[in-house]
Amino acid sequence: MSSLQSLDIALRSATTTPSPEARHQPEVAKLIDVSSCIGCKACQVACMQWNDLRDDIGDNNGTYDNPRNLTPQSWTVMRFSEVQREDSTLEWLIRKDGCMHCADPGCLKSCPAPGAIVKYSNGIVDFISEHCIGCGNCVMGCPFDVPRISKQDNKAYKCSLCSDRVTVGLEPACVKACPTGAIRFGTKEDMHEFAAERLVDLKERGYQNAGVYDPQGVGGTHVMYVLQHADRPEIYHGLPADPHISPLVWLWKGVAKPLAVAAMVGAVFVSFFHYLKVGPLEAKDGLADDERGDGTAHDPAARRTT
Amino acid sequence: MSEYRVTDRGGPAPRMIVRYTDRTRLNHWFVALMFFGAGLTGLAIFHPFFYPLVNLFGGGVWTRILHPFFGVVMALGFFGLFLAMWRDNAIDANDRAWLREMPKLVRGNEEAMPPVGKNNAGQKLVFWTAAVGLLVLLVTGFIFWSPWFAPVFPVVAKRIAVVLHAFAATILILAIIIHIYASIWVKGSTAAMTRGTVPEGWARLHHPLWWRQMTGK
Repeated sequence: MSSLQSLDIALRSATTTPSPEARHQPEVAKLIDVSSCIGCKACQVACMQWNDLRDDIGDNNGTYDNPRNLTPQSWTVMRFSEVQREDSTLEWLIRKDGCMHCADPGCLKSCPAPGAIVKYSNGIVDFISEHCIGCGNCVMGCPFDVPRISKQDNKAYKCSLCSDRVTVGLEPACVKACPTGAIRFGTKEDMHEFAAERLVDLKERGYQNAGVYDPQGVGGTHVMYVLQHADRPEIYHGLPADPHISPLVWLWKGVAKPLAVAAMVGAVFVSFFHYLKVGPLEAKDGLADDERGDGTAHDPAARRTT
Repeated sequence: MSEYRVTDRGGPAPRMIVRYTDRTRLNHWFVALMFFGAGLTGLAIFHPFFYPLVNLFGGGVWTRILHPFFGVVMALGFFGLFLAMWRDNAIDANDRAWLREMPKLVRGNEEAMPPVGKNNAGQKLVFWTAAVGLLVLLVTGFIFWSPWFAPVFPVVAKRIAVVLHAFAATILILAIIIHIYASIWVKGSTAAMTRGTVPEGWARLHHPLWWRQMTGK
């Protein structure tokens, strides 16, 4: 997407000056109630339709996952997990995968291109393709393995949380299309309130470990899940239990980046002032090397070998 | 390189000693050009302070495309330099003694230094830093070279590689800053690499053991 909302930008990749933040919108969230999802993929279709994306026809790998994975053209994918309960019965867990819109986005932290990734004050994290240089750093920064690099232009693509719709007061396309109300959209506060009602219902039905997935390791997310088994998020097709930006990314962008530049600029400064203080290293007899002939005026070798 | 050439320029012209062969000099400057290509494109996409450098290379996308090619060509070029120079850069006991005395040299007192052969210990360290640094940069760079090789490697490998790449690049750039400054500081050494020959007096002053070896004096 291109940025439609520059006044709303709260964070901007590879930018050391303050962001506009002229507007302060309430934080939004998409709440995905896994317990109400029937796996119909209307959300996938709505995503394709609104964003006008058409993925290549893939192949069947024996599951309902179609396409098999997120792609530059498929920004959301239903993940079907068949899980065996303790009583040996089957539980079919269907999770709508896609960008989680982290409050502390690892992609944005890793991105070297100014303004290629932005976070709006409402919490949406958006890729601004015209500024993307296609380096793939966002892939390394993301704790959820979401960004995908296009084979067409080598730039990164992912769910925009329909930032273009949200900015004009509409809900994301997937939310509009969901026939069971499993996907909801509103302020993050309202979504937490709604999730709390869902949890009461789920616990009454015997899901004692039901909970909301809003992982604090990435500062919370603007896409949240209601999970029947919030104690074991990994069973939902590997949803990370405690996602956080890798410490390696911190070492790279938090330590190496500023220290390296300081060291390089420092080395140039020290060299310059060393020259001014000590002066050039040359023969002390005042003759240029070219004028000295065979060097008899200054003979350290002879001195040292005696 | 073992050639001892006396040039007659008439008058008081100094006798010149061949320090670097034409092949070595051209190889060196090819690597130097590629270093600036890889270094400037790399810095541009490392810290936003340097991002405006992308304008030298046709914008951000082209900078990203060009950087790894500059890097690979630099590493290949350095391999030629490595083959030509590694014997001259073996570190021995004399070099360790030289390094212990280095603070005196930094203060400008070259007379206090142990006599030096073809290369002093500082030059040798620059050589080995470049050799090891470029090897690390080459190997780690492939691991997150987008779009060609990055998809092959797991994300953890890419994260480790990118940290090592940044670390090795920083050390290499610092070594080259010192290398360039030393060539400005020690008068006559830039000409050694641009023209290939040095006046005998220069050799006698800065590399007395090498001067004796070359002249038999």
